[in-house]
Amino acid sequence: MMRHLISAADLTRDEAVLILDTAEEMARVADRPIKKLPTLRGRTVVNLFFEDSTRTRISFEAAEKRLSADVINFSAKGSSVSKGESLKDTAQTLEAMGVDAVVIRHGASGAPYRLATSGWIDAAVINAGDGTHQHPTQALLDAFTMRRRLVGRDTGLGRDLAGKRITIVGDVLHSRVARSNVDLLHTLGAEVTLVAPPTLVPVGVTSWPCEVSYDLDAVLPKSDAVMMLRVQRERMNAAFFPTEREYSRRYGLDGDRLARMPEHAVVMHPGPMVRGMEITAEVADSPRCTVIEQVANGVSIRMAVLYLLLGGNEPATTHARTEESK
Amino acid sequence: MSMNKILIRGARVLGGEAQDVLIEGETIAATGTGLTDPDATVVPAEGQILLPGLVDLHTHLREPGREDSETVLTGTRAAASGGFTSVFAMANTFPVADTAGVVEQVYRLGQESGYCDVQPIGAVTVGLEGTQLAELGAMHESAAGVTVFSDDGKCVHDAVIMRRALEYVKAFGGVVAQHAQEPRLTEGAQMNEGTVSAELGLGGWPAVAEESIVARDVLLAEHVGSRVHICHLSTAGSVEIVRWAKSRGIDVTAEVTPHHLLLTDELVRSYDPVYKVNPPLRTERDVRALREALADGTIDIVATDHAPHPHEDKDCEWAAAAMGMVGLETALSVVQRTMVETGLLDWAGVADRMSFAPARIGRATGHGRPVSAGEPANLTLVDPAYRGTVDPAGFASRSRNTPYRGRELPGRVTHTFLRGRATLMDGKLA
Repeated sequence: MMRHLISAADLTRDEAVLILDTAEEMARVADRPIKKLPTLRGRTVVNLFFEDSTRTRISFEAAEKRLSADVINFSAKGSSVSKGESLKDTAQTLEAMGVDAVVIRHGASGAPYRLATSGWIDAAVINAGDGTHQHPTQALLDAFTMRRRLVGRDTGLGRDLAGKRITIVGDVLHSRVARSNVDLLHTLGAEVTLVAPPTLVPVGVTSWPCEVSYDLDAVLPKSDAVMMLRVQRERMNAAFFPTEREYSRRYGLDGDRLARMPEHAVVMHPGPMVRGMEITAEVADSPRCTVIEQVANGVSIRMAVLYLLLGGNEPATTHARTEESK
Repeated sequence: MSMNKILIRGARVLGGEAQDVLIEGETIAATGTGLTDPDATVVPAEGQILLPGLVDLHTHLREPGREDSETVLTGTRAAASGGFTSVFAMANTFPVADTAGVVEQVYRLGQESGYCDVQPIGAVTVGLEGTQLAELGAMHESAAGVTVFSDDGKCVHDAVIMRRALEYVKAFGGVVAQHAQEPRLTEGAQMNEGTVSAELGLGGWPAVAEESIVARDVLLAEHVGSRVHICHLSTAGSVEIVRWAKSRGIDVTAEVTPHHLLLTDELVRSYDPVYKVNPPLRTERDVRALREALADGTIDIVATDHAPHPHEDKDCEWAAAAMGMVGLETALSVVQRTMVETGLLDWAGVADRMSFAPARIGRATGHGRPVSAGEPANLTLVDPAYRGTVDPAGFASRSRNTPYRGRELPGRVTHTFLRGRATLMDGKLA
């Protein structure tokens, strides 16, 4: 297993499937009365968040605590970073305190890669979202959710997403979620189609392992899962689209469009949703929408990643199985 | 008082036949074979190439204001190490070189350094703000005698201001050197826009942002009958526009940096800001076009865009890092690698692109002259057979932000002579 998790593109098919399978093991912990494993007892994990992100931070924190790690939360706001301290100094300060892993969220694309490769620190680095580059645990939890829904919770074990048709809709240009998902879903054998106004697709998209369409209605009937990306209202001020209403009409998911999807197909969203913009309340609250499941699955995936990166030699899963068999 | 005499023995002048060159005082006294002079210090130069002292039309010496990254003294020492006898110092200092006072300060510091002539470039607009013309005439009339004007680092993006600047400097034979970058198209730009930026999630700096300004400015130059110089051309499209402009007889000249002749945006995958530069590293296709254009003369000169930055401004995440690379001490090696060893240019061509032509564009008196008797002894001696690995620890520059660290590059400047005096002797600064 790798030492860091920086990009979904770094994962092989087998590594990704191992993470998904391990996450299924971890999910069982959540069903137990005491939701805790001793795997990372005595290990210290810092959540180093240079960008506001309540949900991702809390998800990592829950995962770390369920694995019995000591958790330090570091928010750049109000810290020495706001006084001009560099990423390097911040990271070295934390490592001097004996940190084993750094979970980093940063507004600059590539910041986690720099942290992992510049020789600044020795700790394992987990990318919790960097700029418009990558958000690998989000892609993993999305793939986990798709595998459960489209392949099956038990039948899915050991399997990938071969042949599944996944449509990702929205602001691809500014989305690390889209980049991570395209990479991982391709690795897992899925066929990915991006749908967005041409202004919100990067110029270099032609080299990505996916299709691009500007016509949502044409793609919907051929989708096993449709992932809606958040679209910030402010984008229209930079002329990415004329108005919120026009975006919503052309690229938003409402009840009529949901009806055009195959019956088994699910609607996904990484959150936070902008209801009324890319998704109507009717769709967001429908049983075919997996938003809440994705949040729960996020904890399992992050437990699996932490376990595999930090505690891979510990008999944690065996331990869990033993307990279950009692 | 005995006159300084140096006899360079057996050097291939501009890459031609081996010759001896005798320097007396500040001047080349004689060239030929079998020259002798008992009083002269002999520099054995068999197998080496003798070039006219190199001229860099685009250097950032950082003084005044950012002496933590470079000073006129350290920058000119770097220049001498790289074989340069004349450098043009860009105006984006603190304060900006937009008055006679600042350009005279930089000029005086250059004279005091003694390693290399420093010709200050004056800002086109006050504070590089692009709104009001700086006192171009006063800078020209000053002791610094400014003839090249540039807001480099920023584009003179207002078409009217650019037009007026092009017209105004005609009165004293000046030239405007444009940093071609359409500002709206490059808001938040971090690297070349293309497949790599799409993958890395870094804001794109599209080729069209350069090309649209190049196209506009050659047309403006044509309309008002002025000459215009385009800084650091970086795209195949810009090459096509300049080629077209020259075919129309428009008085345009253009430069390319060594790094744009060698490196591509693939290197940005490392997220190492040592590769962050403006204009950004482009694609293999652009590199090919730039080399061909330099070979066929569409691009007139190589200019380093030597841009020193302190370590902390590069030892950080990409978005937070400063743009720019040092280049004075590696320029000739990169040109040898990309142009000479590829057969695109011979050494006479190198002499033209790195000395004759830049001196002509910048009106650098006494530089870019033929290697012949009676001419000022501004000379550079290169050992083309040398192979070495770039080690920035050995740089004379105060900054180390080179993209070539650990890279093997050919050639080494062994001697630099500024008006007959060795500023670099056997690879060591005087």
